Amino acid sequence: MSGTQKAIVRPYGDTTGDGMVQVSFTLPVSHDKRAEGAAVQLANRMGIDPAMVVHAKPMGDGFTFFVVYGRVNHLVDLNAVQVVERDFALLSAKDVNTVIKQRLRRKLSVVGACIGTDAHTVGIDAILNVKGIAGEKGLEYYRELKVTNLGAQVSVPELVEAARAEKADAVLVSQVVTQRDAHLHNTREMSAAFREAMPAGRRPLLIVGGPRFDETMTDELGVDRIFGRGTTPGEVASYLVHALITQRKATA
Amino acid sequence: MTGKLDLDPVLVARARELARRAGQPVVDLARSHTTVSVERAVLRLAGVTGADPDGIPWVNRLVDAVVADVGLGHGVAVPVFDALTREGITDVTLLAQKAAAGSVRFAVPTGRAATAARSAARRAVAAGIRRIDRRRAERDRLIKRHGDPKQRPWIYLIVATGDIYEDIPQAQAAARAGADVIAVIRSTGQSLLDYVPEGATREGFAGTYATQENFRLMRAALDESSKELGRYVRLTNYASGLCMPEMATLAGLERLDMMLNDSMYGILFRDINPIRTFVDQRFSRQVHARAGIIINTGEDNYLTTADAVDEAHTVTVSQLLNEFFAHEAGLADWQLGLGHAFEINPEVPESFRLELAHALLARELFPDAPLKWMPPTKHMTGDVFRGNLLDGFFNLAGTLTGQGILLVGMMTEAVVTPWLSDRDIALQNVRYVLGAAGGLHEDFVPAPGGFIRRRANQVLGEALDLLERIGEQTLLTAIAEGTFGIMKRPADRGKGLAGVAAHEADYCNPATEILEAAA
Repeated sequence: MSGTQKAIVRPYGDTTGDGMVQVSFTLPVSHDKRAEGAAVQLANRMGIDPAMVVHAKPMGDGFTFFVVYGRVNHLVDLNAVQVVERDFALLSAKDVNTVIKQRLRRKLSVVGACIGTDAHTVGIDAILNVKGIAGEKGLEYYRELKVTNLGAQVSVPELVEAARAEKADAVLVSQVVTQRDAHLHNTREMSAAFREAMPAGRRPLLIVGGPRFDETMTDELGVDRIFGRGTTPGEVASYLVHALITQRKATA
Repeated sequence: MTGKLDLDPVLVARARELARRAGQPVVDLARSHTTVSVERAVLRLAGVTGADPDGIPWVNRLVDAVVADVGLGHGVAVPVFDALTREGITDVTLLAQKAAAGSVRFAVPTGRAATAARSAARRAVAAGIRRIDRRRAERDRLIKRHGDPKQRPWIYLIVATGDIYEDIPQAQAAARAGADVIAVIRSTGQSLLDYVPEGATREGFAGTYATQENFRLMRAALDESSKELGRYVRLTNYASGLCMPEMATLAGLERLDMMLNDSMYGILFRDINPIRTFVDQRFSRQVHARAGIIINTGEDNYLTTADAVDEAHTVTVSQLLNEFFAHEAGLADWQLGLGHAFEINPEVPESFRLELAHALLARELFPDAPLKWMPPTKHMTGDVFRGNLLDGFFNLAGTLTGQGILLVGMMTEAVVTPWLSDRDIALQNVRYVLGAAGGLHEDFVPAPGGFIRRRANQVLGEALDLLERIGEQTLLTAIAEGTFGIMKRPADRGKGLAGVAAHEADYCNPATEILEAAA
């Protein structure tokens, strides 16, 4: 943190330090005065005081929806925030291709899949398909990347086999469904299978992504990197180059 | 509702002719092959019910036993009814149990035994089809009694808790809040199960299994709601995946009203073998036709993987193909909920005008089909406020272009499975737009030579080009080469291929015979 930026902050409504927030929630009670009081009580316990119930609307039998505005009394210490900062340089598609071509001197092989029962290919497709996301082309667009997209509902043994067949340098797994922590179970199963099937030096880089992952859980899940919401293909490509080429050469 | 785009009728006729040309070889393929799921559907119509202690349905055990002895290519009806006579029993489920225990051998009878088995099979299957007919008549009566929704589009809402007993109160609450159609989302991964689970579901993953018992429970609950609300509330599920023919059959038996049933979705998005899909597809559509079920096709899905502007014409092509396959299977225009979606990137200039052009094109190409209008998903970012605005524009496009079935968009799409409050806010959005602008389509006539007309005609032209190209290769090659939704799906790969067989000369399927005789 630079010296000019305050380390302690509060939410901003329209004045520095006003602490104003807005929340909405539903309580399983019919709408009346007591229900609105209950909403204020909940907001108070969330640290919002004073709390203004600006909207209360009955929904069906025995439910009320509330919108609450108010001043939250919690402070945020920016020095105590823990996140995974990007520890690699963001490269353009052209630079990614150049580094691979000059330093790896072969195409870099990437195998991607949605594993388990997860049928949501939107994440893996956004990263891999030429189409990409948010105006950025996907990894298939990179001339020096060889991409194999196995699609949805791929079993872990199928994935390991495909990684072997394609001599994968990296394996990308997308997990969207999180019911009963399916994304965590599936990821652990996947990393364990790769550890079992291949010796440490031969194992591809294991990367998982999905909107509900905690990016700090790499060790716990046995993977090399976790990408969360909003990741773009360019970030993934840059990371691949960093982890498989620049960093590896530097430490070798 | 026609004539707002000045479409060239010669081009439209040409598009239909090309769709027929592309689709006919696939129909021929479907007519000369069968699948394990088609045969299981026949047995369900013939009265086989229930599952073994491991939850594997008796229809699966019976088809597996017949296939092990005589293969799939003769159809299972004749070997099963032949064995029934030889065993001296009348209960087909009992026969399945015996077969599973290994105490029955199957054969392909000839001569008089074959004739007897054929007519016994036909009687049993005809009884099942009569049950479907009675359920259809019952629906007609209930619609007459309670009435249809007052407005078009019908408002279509999804529930998905994983517990049918939780789904029921949610569905009833949704109906009370204005939903005309309730869809129960299936558990993730059900499409790749090669059997239909049995019984009431208490625990699904991101949805509730489609089972006959869940169908029955939900339909009964919505019958109560229909009575309470004075309008018939429709129920939807999915005839897709590896068990498409059985899903259609169970839907007919339990009086479901709509089924998602796309000709290519399973191939493209679930990597199910193309031949398996087309064979299953044709049978399931024949059942839907008979049961008076409205199908919903899945063109919206193409736009979630491909660009909604660049690939708009693939939607039109798929709609034309779906229409051809549907008509061929005996479905009438009022049963064709052809799909499309509001998926253009909102950052694209004039994105709303483009959406109107595409939606109106579908409306004018298929004037008598209800059309299923699907909300934005791809560009829902988690910014729920912007999402709610986008859904409002989606609703407006739906009413301006006369869509028949409107799937209510959720501002929390891509964030959580819809909460009670999300659904309430979404319905408020729909009610506001339909209330404020429900009749605006009367005044909405795009200017001659203007942006919307030009765009619609351009998309039709691109669709024709694509259909011409498919005509030069064949639909199966086009699918193999990734023409639809980017995915490449060769005909000799994909899930469920092992369950496909070419017809033997004596192939017999009493269900198809009865369904085709009526058509």
